[in-house]
Amino acid sequence: MLETRGLTANYGQFRALFGVDITVAAGECVAIIGANGAGKSTLMRSITGVIGNAPGMVLHRGEPIGALSSAEIMKRGIAMVPEGRRLFPSLTVEENLLVGGQARKVPGPWSLDAVYDLFQILRERRKSPGIALSGGQQQMVAIGRALMSNPELLLCDEISLGLAPVVIRDIYAALPRIREGGAAIVLVEQDIGKALAVADRVYCMMEGRVTLAARAAEVTREDIHSAYFGVAA
Amino acid sequence: MIWLDTLVQGILLGGLYALFAAGLSLVFGIMRLVNLAHGDLIVLAAYLVLMGVTLLGLSPWIATLVAMPMMFALGWLLQAAVLNRVLGKDILPPLLVTFGLSVALQNGLLEAFSADSRRIPVGALEGASLDLGLVTVGIMPLMTFASAIVMIIALNGLFYHTALGRAFRATSDDAVTAGLMGIEPKQIFAIATGIAMVVVTLAALYLGMRANFDPSIGPARLIYAFEAVIIGGLGSLWGTLAGGIIIGVAQTFGAALNPEWQILAGHIAFLAVMLLKSRGLFPRAVD
Repeated sequence: MLETRGLTANYGQFRALFGVDITVAAGECVAIIGANGAGKSTLMRSITGVIGNAPGMVLHRGEPIGALSSAEIMKRGIAMVPEGRRLFPSLTVEENLLVGGQARKVPGPWSLDAVYDLFQILRERRKSPGIALSGGQQQMVAIGRALMSNPELLLCDEISLGLAPVVIRDIYAALPRIREGGAAIVLVEQDIGKALAVADRVYCMMEGRVTLAARAAEVTREDIHSAYFGVAA
Repeated sequence: MIWLDTLVQGILLGGLYALFAAGLSLVFGIMRLVNLAHGDLIVLAAYLVLMGVTLLGLSPWIATLVAMPMMFALGWLLQAAVLNRVLGKDILPPLLVTFGLSVALQNGLLEAFSADSRRIPVGALEGASLDLGLVTVGIMPLMTFASAIVMIIALNGLFYHTALGRAFRATSDDAVTAGLMGIEPKQIFAIATGIAMVVVTLAALYLGMRANFDPSIGPARLIYAFEAVIIGGLGSLWGTLAGGIIIGVAQTFGAALNPEWQILAGHIAFLAVMLLKSRGLFPRAVD
């Protein structure tokens, strides 16, 4: 459903991605792991059009989308939970959720009520400013906001970063229910154990390149170690 | 009793300044753009209304309703074709472009309508007044003030109770993330400038009905509007009204003391507020 072909990305003179090829099939959960600075977030920003690319470097259902705007890409059903959550400070929790669904109205399992059922604490806090919530609750809003558009593909950039283990557990517990709704998920993670536990396939990145592509169930510690650090275990 | 009368006149005058300022406040709040041509766009809209009245024989109210969609389209085009290209991290290019637009508009209006001062004719309404016992107020200032209130209520309703308003606020907070939500920031900016021009048209109606205007008066209106926005605290429309009232009251009291002090008193009030509260009276929590 989504494919990158030889994807490159630059920040000015600095090249951050060197020909990245990944694929995501419908309904699949794919983990992208790698150390800080490996290019994972840059890959997400390229797929979502925050960084512009050559058209053919990103394909959605076989069509080139690499040069489309973020908004156009989102309307095709690729929703993003950005790194750092990025809630809108002047919007309430409920408004943050509504803004996620207002540009793309398609039938699907997700609505305000469905998101409140998934993350029940948000129902109580719905009139609060989004940024008044705890980090974990903000992450729930950010996920709910992306689900409101009933996406085909949900890109989650570092959803466990900076959160307490018990909060991470709650958030990861929601992922199976999101998959039941039919969305494919891409999880960008530094927490390898968490990511492998829920993913079907895994890519490991290092220094702007994919160093490992494997089925999550088959990958070994040694594979990961060498792909992650670039040395044999 | 003269002082009470002066105070009431000043408050009502504040309504006019709030009308001048609301469009400026809206555009600045959403895209951090200071439109230096704002005053000249008010004057342009006043000529548009005047043409509706004199050439087509419309009433000023109908002429304003006709001019509003035209000004919306002009604002939309201006933003989409010009201003969106210069918006960015550097605040200088949009300032230069709108300054240039201001000069071009003044000269264009001079070319088209000459330097003669004009007025939108309103007949008997012009001198009509209402006796409230303690004070007598003009119908026209009262309508100006009421229009400002209605317009602020309408704009706040748009901001806080519609999907478009959510998109405005989300884009103002974080345009990149708004893009990830399927909102095209440049389209939002174009719509916002269009709406600002609708407000400008309403301001133009009262500008043209209450006093004479000519192609050169835009920049002074911009200054009053700018001061009202700054006094109110950027991004709050009720604050903008409060700012307009402060300038209006200062001007009428200044004029009561000495007619030459009217304009000066308004500017002094602005400076006094800036000395006491440099972020304005009602600053936004996040900025």
